[in-house]
Amino acid sequence: MDLFLENFASLASLQQIYPLLLQGLELTVLLALVTLPLSIATGLAVAIIYSFGGSLVRRLTILLIDLLRSFPVIVLLILIFYSLPFFGIRLGNFTAVVVALTINNTGYFGEIFRAGLQSISKGQHEAAAALGLHRGHTMMLIILPQVLKKVLAPLASNSLELIKTTSIASMVALPELLRSARVAQEQTYNPTPLTAAAVIFFVMLWPFSHWVSRMERRAIIGSNQR
Amino acid sequence: MDQILENYFNLTVMAQAFPDVLRGFLITVQVAACVIVIGVATGLFFALLRATRNRVLNALVTIYVEVFRTLPQLVIIIFIYFGLPYMGIVFSPFFATSLALAAVLAAFSAEIFWATIMAVPKGQWEAAHALGVSRLVTMRMVILPQAIRLAIPLITNRAIAITKGTALGAAISLPEALGSAQSAMSIHANPSPLTLAAGFYLAFFIPLVWLSRVLEKRFSRSQ
Repeated sequence: MDLFLENFASLASLQQIYPLLLQGLELTVLLALVTLPLSIATGLAVAIIYSFGGSLVRRLTILLIDLLRSFPVIVLLILIFYSLPFFGIRLGNFTAVVVALTINNTGYFGEIFRAGLQSISKGQHEAAAALGLHRGHTMMLIILPQVLKKVLAPLASNSLELIKTTSIASMVALPELLRSARVAQEQTYNPTPLTAAAVIFFVMLWPFSHWVSRMERRAIIGSNQR
Repeated sequence: MDQILENYFNLTVMAQAFPDVLRGFLITVQVAACVIVIGVATGLFFALLRATRNRVLNALVTIYVEVFRTLPQLVIIIFIYFGLPYMGIVFSPFFATSLALAAVLAAFSAEIFWATIMAVPKGQWEAAHALGVSRLVTMRMVILPQAIRLAIPLITNRAIAITKGTALGAAISLPEALGSAQSAMSIHANPSPLTLAAGFYLAFFIPLVWLSRVLEKRFSRSQ
């Protein structure tokens, strides 16, 4: 037990490394704050293009969404970060992570909004048209508010996954929380920083993740009660 | 254009890297198979433990599910591979990656199976009880078949999403497709092997993503 505590929860080591972890946490939060709104916006854009498009555009959007969803985000990140310099384009690692996460999540958010838009009945569009609203207004004032309510659970769930995925930034040496913990662990020959990083992630994300899972459970149970 | 061909689709480099990346891809497939089989089976087992209504078991499963749903996959992989050895527990990169991802999938599937078990109307339990059918048999013959049917599209989506994490193994030098491509890239000073790896991943996941779309449609229609 003593050995366990000394290794995984050593106070001395914690005191030494907490500034490093704090810096990492800051970067993790910043990554999430930049990437989340960006990919929700691009995902929504793709879905709106789908809903206004003809059948060819619709097919192409679905193809794009599936392609983006099939591409593991780590592969995308490595591809962006290590291959663009061969063309003389040098993205910083922060930018590379933001670009990779946004491209990847455009697929996920796009599919969520697309399914939501599709589930709104045609009558809503027609009624709005009959009242003389044009298509842009109909979308903003009538359709999107309903979609938002319908897709809240998957939207929240994917947002959580996105925040968790920011930890892959450590693979391109961006010193976010996980990377900082690894560096600290190697400097102090003690895995306490790793424990600390896991605890920080858990404390930060648990309320959100708990809320998401309650919503998802309700959606599943609700879908079978009729 | 020439530059793109030269860097992303350099056939000479690709041909040289092909055997390594293919070997890596086979490892990716093996990890994926382990993760799905172990993760889904464990998840179902945990959901059944919760269904026993035993308080201690219920609490333990709940804590497990909350922890592994919340922590990022890479954090778990790194912890298992770099943290546990201080306890004298050493895993190979293959085992560490499979174990971490399976643990995450188990948490998500436990939650899904539990929700779908709850989604079966209570009246069915009562009807089976009235017919003198025991709880265990009711679960096995009446509730579970329906719960599993409901769970299939959800589990498929989750399994695909988590299986994509096999590429995270590259962080602990698992020689899967991405890792092998990265080393080939440094050897040839050309990123074409990455294109090759990306091609393998797409060939593997596009059919799966398409399958999940078909399943979602079919199950939402038949309800």
